[in-house]
Amino acid sequence: MNVRNYCKLEIMSLPENISFARACVGAFASQLGCTLDEIDEIKLVVSEAVSNSIIHAYQNRGTELITIVITLLDGQTLEIIVEDYGKGIEDVARVLQPSYSSEPSRMGLGFSFMKSFMDELEVISQPGEGTSVQMRRSFVSKDKEAYA
Amino acid sequence: MELEMRQVRNILIVRIEGEMDMLRADQIREDIDKKLDNSEIRNLILNLEKVTFIDSSGLGMILGRYKKLNSKNGRMYIAGARPQVEKILYFSGINKLITMYRNEQDVINLQGR
Repeated sequence: MNVRNYCKLEIMSLPENISFARACVGAFASQLGCTLDEIDEIKLVVSEAVSNSIIHAYQNRGTELITIVITLLDGQTLEIIVEDYGKGIEDVARVLQPSYSSEPSRMGLGFSFMKSFMDELEVISQPGEGTSVQMRRSFVSKDKEAYA
Repeated sequence: MELEMRQVRNILIVRIEGEMDMLRADQIREDIDKKLDNSEIRNLILNLEKVTFIDSSGLGMILGRYKKLNSKNGRMYIAGARPQVEKILYFSGINKLITMYRNEQDVINLQGR
């Protein structure tokens, strides 16, 4: 797929930066002409992925880095990659199970939201090196929907 | 971001504003628990009318307060959630545990009966 637009954002692993990250991705996604509901869903998945990096990968150390890469591809497809360089996930399949949670205060819904609101989700992780959460979603433009 | 708390009879009413993510959820959790731990209040209304965003950290904060009150035979209610927030509450299944009302007055009226 051809790249139509691209943005790379690097933030410190601070809770204060979660709202900034999701607002940036939401603003970037708005050029797809998607609905406000869809933008809310995109903001939610970014919030979940970045929160996971802060809480699980870095165990709340605010001095580390998280990279967010947003790419607009042909066919109204948005790709979001959230990467950290933290402790990694030993068993990715287990973490992706519904309601899996190592942190009871967050209900284990993070990956469930990502799976539900994105078309594709891939989690690549290397224990001790970090995790890359890669998500894609295609949107039907409102104009095309009107003619459908 | 504002967190307004007031007490009506034995009900603590908490009005939350803005985005309920990890940063805010921790602050809200602390404030509510301080109030609940230092009083005999057993009922809580979370007024979400002015909440524009919620993620799993916010949901976890709500579930945690529900469990806390439940262990004390208290009740918890959610009032005024906007459609985009309500959608996430339903997705999480929290609506099966905590009754949701249109506004906080409906809950107060119900409690007064």
